[in-house]
Amino acid sequence: MSHLSDTFQRIRGEHSAALIGYLTAGDPDAETSYRIIDAACCAGLDVLELGIPFSDPTADGPVIQRASKRAIENGMTLTKGLEIVQRLRQKHSLPVIIFSYYNPILSMGTDVFIQKALAAGADGVLAVDLPSENADEITAFVPNGSAFHFIRLVAPTTDVQRRKIILSKADGFVYVVSRHGVTGSGSIDWSALAKDLKAMRQETATPLAVGFGVSTANDVQNVAEIADGVIIGSAFQKLVEENPQSAAENVAALIRDFRQHLKR
Amino acid sequence: MSLPDSNGFFGEFGGIYVGETLMSPLNEVKTAAEQAFQDESFWNGYRSLLKDYVGRPSPTYFAKRLSEFAGANIYLKREDLNHTGAHKVNNTVGQALLAKRMGKNVLIAETGAGQHGVATATVAALFGLQCKVFMGKEDIRRQQPNVVRMKLLGAEVVSVDSGTGTLKDAMNEALRYWSSVTADTFYVVGTVAGPHPYPWLVREFQKIIGEEARRQMLEQTGKLPDGVVAAVGGGSNAMGIFYAFLNDETVELIGVEAAGKGIATGKHAASLNGGRLGVLHGTKSMLLQNEHGQIHEAYSISAGLDYPGIGPEHAYLHKTKRARYETITDNEAVAAFQTLCKYEGIIPALESSHALAQTLKDAAKPVFKENRLNYLVCLSGRGDKDIQHICDYLNI
Repeated sequence: MSHLSDTFQRIRGEHSAALIGYLTAGDPDAETSYRIIDAACCAGLDVLELGIPFSDPTADGPVIQRASKRAIENGMTLTKGLEIVQRLRQKHSLPVIIFSYYNPILSMGTDVFIQKALAAGADGVLAVDLPSENADEITAFVPNGSAFHFIRLVAPTTDVQRRKIILSKADGFVYVVSRHGVTGSGSIDWSALAKDLKAMRQETATPLAVGFGVSTANDVQNVAEIADGVIIGSAFQKLVEENPQSAAENVAALIRDFRQHLKR
Repeated sequence: MSLPDSNGFFGEFGGIYVGETLMSPLNEVKTAAEQAFQDESFWNGYRSLLKDYVGRPSPTYFAKRLSEFAGANIYLKREDLNHTGAHKVNNTVGQALLAKRMGKNVLIAETGAGQHGVATATVAALFGLQCKVFMGKEDIRRQQPNVVRMKLLGAEVVSVDSGTGTLKDAMNEALRYWSSVTADTFYVVGTVAGPHPYPWLVREFQKIIGEEARRQMLEQTGKLPDGVVAAVGGGSNAMGIFYAFLNDETVELIGVEAAGKGIATGKHAASLNGGRLGVLHGTKSMLLQNEHGQIHEAYSISAGLDYPGIGPEHAYLHKTKRARYETITDNEAVAAFQTLCKYEGIIPALESSHALAQTLKDAAKPVFKENRLNYLVCLSGRGDKDIQHICDYLNI
């Protein structure tokens, strides 16, 4: 069993959903960002998705686009992002997923990336624009016996046949995209989502986590009732944008609030 | 083996690198294109519009005075004479026919200089489809006449001010928008880049340039040209004219990238000569990027060449050395622009001026002097859109 799988199993045993938080590394700058991430972990994130900014984030809405831009302008890189993971590891044991686009990884060299990520203590990667079919461009470099997950996504546009193939290869958890479009707030069709999740349960035992447009306590409650994990990104990043200096406390407070809504 | 392979790869280049939301919509476009291409009535519709609406075949013209000046025989493939003034319309006619066949009623497109936006707005009007064109805020400022054209043609021009407000940001935004409305919307990609099936789809709609030119050269000279020269930004006019000659081993294919203010200055758009392997806008190809994998802005006096990537098939032709890729600076391109105006009475697009400049440069090499060569140059568009730019540049 891997650290990530253990985490989901433990939380499932508590009749709860996991709270998965996305935060952009280096927004607004490396040090402030570390304090925000540290505070988020202390406040009870179950899994951290550490966002490595990319100059052309085609799957992201305006909030994460702007966060990425600020972070890059202030010098954040994949190398520095992995240093943040290493630093977090001195204090926190929660699973950490590196969340980025493929190009920064390819640019570093996929083999080098895997070595560095494992050494830093990361538990997996989600490369938004590397589809399930091309997963071996990364997984081929993961040494045998090490638990380093390649997180796959399923979207509302994914047809049933394709979904079956993706789910048959699911690893760690499945990132279920709640709706069309990009990250950030937007309305979710809850009954359609519940139906999809129910169908996916028949096709995989891997935990299912829902993201895109999940931003309020009510959304969290809705997701917790139908999925194994709730993924929040833009809602946190918005607090960083609005007031970077008090973002650590504000993000922590929102996490504590969301934690009240994870039970099913 | 014919390329791309079934996964959209040209060797190591190409493929599909997009978020999961776009995977099925891309597959839908691919399947529809495969079916349409088997259907003779689809091609009949395409050819008939290119003939009666676009004005094809475009002439291949022997530029006599320019040839005397250059010391080589220069033949110009006159894509500038097409309706809308450039090769772009060959592709938008094809994609709009495909969109209609798929039952989509909205076309979206990205545009930099506005040529592809105008060509998309044109076919949207022709077919009675809605049209939304994404254009960088900075480009909207620089390319006002094309913005007005698109609006007159009934298109909505969406200003993109994320990133640096240029072509790559417009494409980012078009991809984002498409992922929210795939059910009724067709994305008309303007060049041989983007995720599979687009590099293949666009090439199939542009290859008519080379097919005509190859036939015209045989008719006019009794043989194949020694060299075929085209400017390369994303690379659609170049793939269009190269493709028919790929198996003609005696024909040298020469792609011309924009060197802007010079490769050494970093202000250029030469992805093959100054870039590295990477993934952007859904495809794996050569890219202008920094050591951390962040994409650089491209620069060229020619807005149509101002793109930090290049179509994957060009990356493949470069790697396999089937084509030679050279670079031409702003200054060299402007000089060639003036030369063509003076010697032939043709005002070329700044993009095409890069191809002309390279041809003049090659022709001047001593080794070619004894053996007069025949060059076929893709005059991909006319220069009306560049007049203001040239005035500013030359202080006229």
